[in-house]
Amino acid sequence: MTTQHSQAARDVDRRPGLSPAPVRRLGDRLFAGTSRSAGVLILAILAGVAAFLVVQALPALTAPRSEVPGGHGVAAYVGPLLFGTVLAALLALLIATPLAVGVALFITQYAPRRLAQGLGYLVDLLAAIPSIVYGFWGIAWLAPRLTPLYGWLADHLGFLPFFSGPASVTGKTMFTVGIVLGVMILPIVSALTREVFLQVPSLHREAALALGATRWEMIRLAVLPYGRSGIIGGAMLGLGRALGETLAVAIVLSASPGLVSFNLVSSNNPSTIASNIALQFPDSTGIGVNTLIASGLALFVLTFVVNVLARGIVNRRAEFSGGS
Amino acid sequence: MSQNSAPQAPAGASVATSLAGAGLRSRRRRKATDRLMTFLVYGAFAVTLIPLLSLVFEVVRRGIARLDGEFFNSSMVGIVGKGGGVYHAIFGTLIITGLTVVISVPIGLLTAIYLVEYGTGRLKKAITFLVDVMTGIPSIVAGLFAYALFAIFFGPGIRLGIIGSVALSVLMIPVVVRSAEEVLKLVPTELREASYALGVPKWRTIVKVILPTAIAGLGTGVTLAIARIIGETAPLLVTVGITNATNLDPVNGRMATLPVFAYYQLTQPGVPPEFAIDRAWTAALVLIMLVMGLNLVARLISRFFAPKTGR
Repeated sequence: MTTQHSQAARDVDRRPGLSPAPVRRLGDRLFAGTSRSAGVLILAILAGVAAFLVVQALPALTAPRSEVPGGHGVAAYVGPLLFGTVLAALLALLIATPLAVGVALFITQYAPRRLAQGLGYLVDLLAAIPSIVYGFWGIAWLAPRLTPLYGWLADHLGFLPFFSGPASVTGKTMFTVGIVLGVMILPIVSALTREVFLQVPSLHREAALALGATRWEMIRLAVLPYGRSGIIGGAMLGLGRALGETLAVAIVLSASPGLVSFNLVSSNNPSTIASNIALQFPDSTGIGVNTLIASGLALFVLTFVVNVLARGIVNRRAEFSGGS
Repeated sequence: MSQNSAPQAPAGASVATSLAGAGLRSRRRRKATDRLMTFLVYGAFAVTLIPLLSLVFEVVRRGIARLDGEFFNSSMVGIVGKGGGVYHAIFGTLIITGLTVVISVPIGLLTAIYLVEYGTGRLKKAITFLVDVMTGIPSIVAGLFAYALFAIFFGPGIRLGIIGSVALSVLMIPVVVRSAEEVLKLVPTELREASYALGVPKWRTIVKVILPTAIAGLGTGVTLAIARIIGETAPLLVTVGITNATNLDPVNGRMATLPVFAYYQLTQPGVPPEFAIDRAWTAALVLIMLVMGLNLVARLISRFFAPKTGR
């Protein structure tokens, strides 16, 4: 007892003596400096991405409007592409989010616990497949199977602007792109949603069940409200991914750059920024390259904003649940 | 009973009210809703499996035809129509991916060490947040950035293997940082404290105690990061281009890579098209096998090299 006391007293005595002048060896300073500069380098890279894109985009912004591809200046060139990009990404989000929430519910609430991890891994495999392979799949497997549907939609729902036809016979439509992108972002949305669903306090769930709620009522009252910000954050991350997706769109979409149209089932579709760059860049020279880089800058800004918002939502949620 | 538990779980209150007037008919309806939703949730999972299964099946079915010795042993020099292979593209992919790893792993690992062991205050917060945002940079934008960077020094139209590596590094670094950060956080604080108590300097503690403890997780993270970038096509399309011959020099001229090879064989097959399209599908199959193989290796690393926790 007494020894413990004096030990503690000595610790207290010693502490103020040590902290003002900690020993800083050369190796320590070097190592701390190197790792710190690696972190700063990442900030520099991100700033560099913006800076170099701006530098290479400037010639297109200052060039006479007639020299820019299309002949009406950069804004007129990028505008329709931006429209197509957002349209395709929103379509993908519309398709992926309900499915992703369903998959997350299945894995966290419905599937037998022993199977759940393996099934989750199966869904994660979707995220591992390279985007170009999705393009192959989209054009060879998916598109031909969807053409009858497009014909039917154009015939029976043609009064809606989305399905006004004439229906594409190849299936290389905006709708197909939306499905392919939806499949590609599904694992991202579902991974985050799943994580949040797993954090739902079992007390909430058990309380709901104990009151006689059915499983669905328990989910609606306890799981979904708790996981809402996770769903929103995951969907935004997926949106960011869908906006920047390149090769899958480039392969699947039959695009007419410059077109602005809500028609999802015809063979004339607005192009997207990323796929347009992939298709045009290898054969472009001079101002054409600068214009494409300017469009890439627009895409960078758009995805940056979406990702910052998404991360903001996800992080706020993480802090909140960490506190409780 | 229901009122007792209501304050504990906010969800309970609304169940209680919704159950208050529950007659037989409404109970039947609730059961029906429950069954419908169960059906929908199972359906969502089943629908999700369709793309995965059909994709793997389709790629294997179409790609298996040219999965032969010639495919791996020949380049595309002098090939019109039949024959030809990906010898040049496989080496291009390996070299560019290797360079990417050499650039990304030290930067990513050191950043993770900074964030976990040294970082404080605003700089740490800023880096953590921007690394997250950086994972969302579209791959084509990373390619344009690398091109724009090198075009300033080498003039427009430049295509080099090393530019592709720089572009892929922009995509790989944040993935490495995130996974390494997670793993380093898992190293027990007791190990650090024990090391400090023995008078070991901090940097030696990191190198000799923390990194060896975390090595399995770090290996898994790096392998998954490689799997993530090895199939990237868009950045290589704008920075490395394509060539028919074998070029093993990343600082001299265009190189062939597996994904870009697959893309051009499918979209510009030439006449007659069927041979090139076969090659494209086989290249896609090889890509999938590479990615799946790397995922498997990552799992094996984490299983067999994990530190013995005694739990």
